[in-house]
Amino acid sequence: MADQKSTATLPAKDAETKQGKLRVIGVPRRRVDARAKVTGQTRFADDIFLPRMVHCKLLRSPHPHARIKKIDVSRALVHPGVYLVLTGKDLSIEYGILPISQDEQALCLDHVRHVGDPIAAVIAREELTAFEALDLIDVEYELLTTISDPEEALATPEPRIHDYGEEGNVHKRVALEFGNVEQSFAEADEVFEDVFFYQGSTHLPIEQHAAVAIKDPDGKLTIWSSTQTPHYLHRALAKVLEMPAAHIRVIATPNGGGFGGKSDPFNHEIVVAKAALVLDRPVKICLTREEVFYCHRGRHPVLMKFKTGVKRDGTITGMHLQTLIDGGAYGSYGVASTFYTGALQTTTYHIPRYRFQGCRAFTNKPPCGPKRGHGTVQPRFGQEVQLDKIAEKLAIDPAELRLRIVEKSDTVTANFLRLGTVHLAECIRRVVKSSGWHDKFRKLPEGRGVGLACSAYLTGAGLPIYWNKMPHSGVQLKLDRGGGIAVFCGATEIGQGSDDVLAGIVAEVLGVSTFDIRLFTGDTDLGPVDLGSYSSRVTLMAGNAAIQAAERAKAMLAEAVAQQLEVPKENLTFADNRVFDEAAPDKCVTFAEAVCMAEAMFGTVGTVGSYTPPKSPALYKGGGVGPSPTYSYTAAVIEVEVSPTTGWITVPKIWIAHDIGRALNPTLARGQVEGSVYMGLGEALMEEQEFRRLPKKLSHALVHKFPSMLEYKSPTSLDMPEVFTELIEEPDPRGPFGAKEVGQGPLLPIMPAVANAVYDAVGVRIDEVPITPEKIMKALAEKKAGRAPRYGPSHFPNIEWPEALRVPPPWEGGDGNAVNEPARRAKPRPEKEKVHNS
Amino acid sequence: MITLPTESEKTSRIRMTLNGELTDVSFAPYKTLLEVLREDLGHTGTKHGCELGECGACAVLLGGKPVLSCLVLALECDGANVLTVEGLGADGKLHPLQDAFADLGAAQCGYCTPAILVTAKALLDQNPRPSRDEIRQALSGNLCRCTGYLQIFEAVEEAMVKIANQQVTAT
Repeated sequence: MADQKSTATLPAKDAETKQGKLRVIGVPRRRVDARAKVTGQTRFADDIFLPRMVHCKLLRSPHPHARIKKIDVSRALVHPGVYLVLTGKDLSIEYGILPISQDEQALCLDHVRHVGDPIAAVIAREELTAFEALDLIDVEYELLTTISDPEEALATPEPRIHDYGEEGNVHKRVALEFGNVEQSFAEADEVFEDVFFYQGSTHLPIEQHAAVAIKDPDGKLTIWSSTQTPHYLHRALAKVLEMPAAHIRVIATPNGGGFGGKSDPFNHEIVVAKAALVLDRPVKICLTREEVFYCHRGRHPVLMKFKTGVKRDGTITGMHLQTLIDGGAYGSYGVASTFYTGALQTTTYHIPRYRFQGCRAFTNKPPCGPKRGHGTVQPRFGQEVQLDKIAEKLAIDPAELRLRIVEKSDTVTANFLRLGTVHLAECIRRVVKSSGWHDKFRKLPEGRGVGLACSAYLTGAGLPIYWNKMPHSGVQLKLDRGGGIAVFCGATEIGQGSDDVLAGIVAEVLGVSTFDIRLFTGDTDLGPVDLGSYSSRVTLMAGNAAIQAAERAKAMLAEAVAQQLEVPKENLTFADNRVFDEAAPDKCVTFAEAVCMAEAMFGTVGTVGSYTPPKSPALYKGGGVGPSPTYSYTAAVIEVEVSPTTGWITVPKIWIAHDIGRALNPTLARGQVEGSVYMGLGEALMEEQEFRRLPKKLSHALVHKFPSMLEYKSPTSLDMPEVFTELIEEPDPRGPFGAKEVGQGPLLPIMPAVANAVYDAVGVRIDEVPITPEKIMKALAEKKAGRAPRYGPSHFPNIEWPEALRVPPPWEGGDGNAVNEPARRAKPRPEKEKVHNS
Repeated sequence: MITLPTESEKTSRIRMTLNGELTDVSFAPYKTLLEVLREDLGHTGTKHGCELGECGACAVLLGGKPVLSCLVLALECDGANVLTVEGLGADGKLHPLQDAFADLGAAQCGYCTPAILVTAKALLDQNPRPSRDEIRQALSGNLCRCTGYLQIFEAVEEAMVKIANQQVTAT
């Protein structure tokens, strides 16, 4: 590998805004939580040790599907060092992240649905003691037939894994139609039908889940937990423990990586909370790595069928997408995931008519949920690989084809998603240029190839998980006479840099340094609600709330200083911890003095800011998944080398351009791009949440194939290619200082670009992920035998789809409602005061 | 009365040099070096990620060499010299590696960072001017899920230049 340092070509142009040159925003800087992290002082959940603290371990089902006939904990209770044993009856109220699938219990009452489903909890003085006592719990199971994949679920209505959902073991079926797609296929010059399979994978954060709960000295409950969504955990605890939320405090400790794996309320959190209340002592739990695999909530395996009509010049006439997704044993975010598999196809290229049918099945496996890109990753793989096949058939260069059909800014798509700024064309042009695409595509020697793919991702889910009209994020500022600023916000730092975003924005607006700011985040008692770190929403939503709060504080200070210095407040500039009139430099006070002046004038100086996304034009049922304040765009070119003899794939170089609006901290933004590329490569090449059945003579049970990091492969430092990142900075007015998301979008194009590059290298199509040497060898053998040079799924099962909701697209007179559903006129929400930079 | 199981009693004892300080600690005999560091000595900077010697998050320096402390029995460390992330800085200042990691985005969630820092220190102690491939090789046992490793390589490369300059000015 060349020794050349991969440098990001950051835009040099001054980031001018209304307030003049920016001092903090857009400047590469050390993140506010860096020092704690490089000195090992960051306090993760498992680093918490409290006096009289006791330990909890969960007994988990060894069977994938069974009824609990009897459970006897008497022997465990008398084991030396054991304080408490809890079972399903102690915590029987159901909960779940989505209001419409509250299907989980902290400890299974009578029905275990996957290997690892918790059924009892032992709380003991030592962790080892709790662990030993698990074996003293006698459980009598009645084994039930196990369902290992969605097609088996469709064919096996009984026994039902859940007694809710569509019917049998079908959890959810959706069908939406935007215009007449059959007609669009009739008008097309060519119609392409392709089936793809995207295997599941897990987040694999290096930090295992951990939590510590205490009954406060005053009798309330406090829980520290490695969670991405303290607000939702707060609600779930109040429900299950039947306690007023006001008496519960959730403190999200910095996550040692989340990626979506810590964004459900979890069994272990609820159990330690209950145990702490019962014992009136601190109770800690830390999951083993194997248990993290059983928590999962990772990437849904998705079988998908794309039918796309195109004209000879590449314009798309219509698309019909069907997805069959393996939900695992519980709902989790699954209903949202199902809709997400059909939501973002229309956001990159113009699709005039679109039909989507999605089906999620229950299976006896750890539940799937949101993993980075949540449900939009799998269909993006199919869409971008099919587009590569279309380009080849139409003899159009894949980059050129995409440039012809990219969507335009501010478009309302066929499925009524209102786009923000769209600079996808610029991203494509940048990577085509930087990668030398035209000199390489179909021109490299056998075994070397390049592939191109694009994608879009949302900057925060436009609708809250539980329906309400309140802000999605709130920030409170307290300005101190000493010039220090305290920022209170529910936003949760999971490594993505949300603390640094908040500090950077407040420092910029108030003209101080980030070091003058103290952050109190992810604590349901201290900060106003932020819905949590998921769907790439924090920078935009908490960022906009922070701007509003900071602008309000600035206005107070400006008014007070203006009066004192007898200067018009419009002339005052806030910079370098000073407030001054540029025209009259002697008219200057320190920031601390300005705070004191404001406090003398107004009383205690404290402000709030909040952000609520704009209303979405998608009024039809199911239109709640997909809307977002704005969308980011990405284009990637990937170079691969494939050995024709072994099928081994190496990825030396990746060129990626991301339409980010503005990089609030370029060092961190580049880190999010490279982290997304890394995780995408893991899914493209090696990661599988795979299961197998034990031999019949044993139990024929369905077990996880690699429930440890020894077998579950993830890329190491040796696998990571050089990455040339280009951040396209055309500020989007909807984002704070123009910023859009960057934490998930850059992952999406990686897998399809690898598949397209493998085809360019050795002429075989691998229509499924992960793309392994074994599959390449099989495809090469097919090629040699003169058959279709391909490895991938061959058929998509026929599913009884419900009657589709028909929503005429905007250009066919649609108003966002379905014609065959009572019009749901969303009550016009009072127009929020224009949030920022006003 | 809740009694303590025998195997949990702190019946073993060692004396080692931890981060340059002579340290006595007693612990239950079955405990690993990782568990003793975190639970009996309160040095929670060293992390665990897999309990299987696979993720690298528990790396510490034992006699100057990176080891996975989850696979080392504390009993094996009597008289040993152990360095953890807590021992990296000196005179209230960060080690050049820590400064470079902080400045260049080499730590995102920070969970794998302590182990990578000590491993990188061992590399630079033994090879002051490693190539990019040698850095990749030295860190190949430390898994990171956030960064994609590139900013970590750049931070090690920046630190090695700083260290080299410090030596020049020091002599």
